[in-house]
Amino acid sequence: MKLSSEDIQKMMEAVKMTREHELDCGHCYDEIDQFVEMELSGKNAAEVMPLVQQHLDLCGACREEYQALLDTLKAFID
Amino acid sequence: MQTRTNSEWLNDLRGPDQDQAIEDLRKVLKRGLIYSLSSRIKTDLETQVDDFVQDAILRILDKLDTFRGESRFTTWAQKVAVRVAFTELRRQRWKDISLEDLMPEDSGDFTPLVLADPSPNPEKRATQTIMTEMIETMLKEDLTERQRTAMLAIMKGGMPLEEVARRMDTNRNALYKLLHDARKQMRESLLEKGLTPGEVIEAFEI
Ligand SMILES: [Zn+2]
Repeated sequence: MKLSSEDIQKMMEAVKMTREHELDCGHCYDEIDQFVEMELSGKNAAEVMPLVQQHLDLCGACREEYQALLDTLKAFID
Repeated sequence: MQTRTNSEWLNDLRGPDQDQAIEDLRKVLKRGLIYSLSSRIKTDLETQVDDFVQDAILRILDKLDTFRGESRFTTWAQKVAVRVAFTELRRQRWKDISLEDLMPEDSGDFTPLVLADPSPNPEKRATQTIMTEMIETMLKEDLTERQRTAMLAIMKGGMPLEEVARRMDTNRNALYKLLHDARKQMRESLLEKGLTPGEVIEAFEI
């Protein structure tokens, strides 16, 4: 196998963030609209919904959709 | 376009004013997706977005009962549209790539790539070599084959979760759980060797 130091660091970052209880993608999806609105209104969403934040830190696919949703809503803030 | 409260959206989408409500929703979704996808889609942005919006509207109408009212209706609807768009964009982007394509070849020899890194400190380099071997062995021996495949496809291959899930005949939630178990196992295996993930990360810092 050929793992680069970058692969290993990435993997270890994920292991380091691992918790006994984590939300799966479905639960993250259920909460993400509320999370994003909270963030756009200037509240600390990560503090209020830490499990969502933790899932976003660990899950690249959900993180990508979350960022796109944020961008999407910014289209309506002028 | 008239502004609606959440219950007005729900009523209009279910009632006799459905057509007008759908058209209004279409405009909202389109504006949002054009804005957020313009940096990702280089050709036919508008045509693609129209398709995504159409699929999203069908899904939204189908799932109206699941809207819990914890956000604005349009935020929830945009979320559905973003999911529809990304599912399709990812499918297109990864359509010709198999899981096997993403697996590092098992050459048998331990000449880790770190040797090629211009790390000036030979001791540090030696530690990195040992740790690389250790983690490769851990992946091979302490994880199940499915865990190892998923882990490498995502962490090394960069394939999105649902694309890996489809190829492994499972779904995104189940795959997330499998990865969660894999990460817990790796943390456990490190602990048995007296190491924390933070210490490994530190060893690879330049
Ligand atoms: Zn996820």
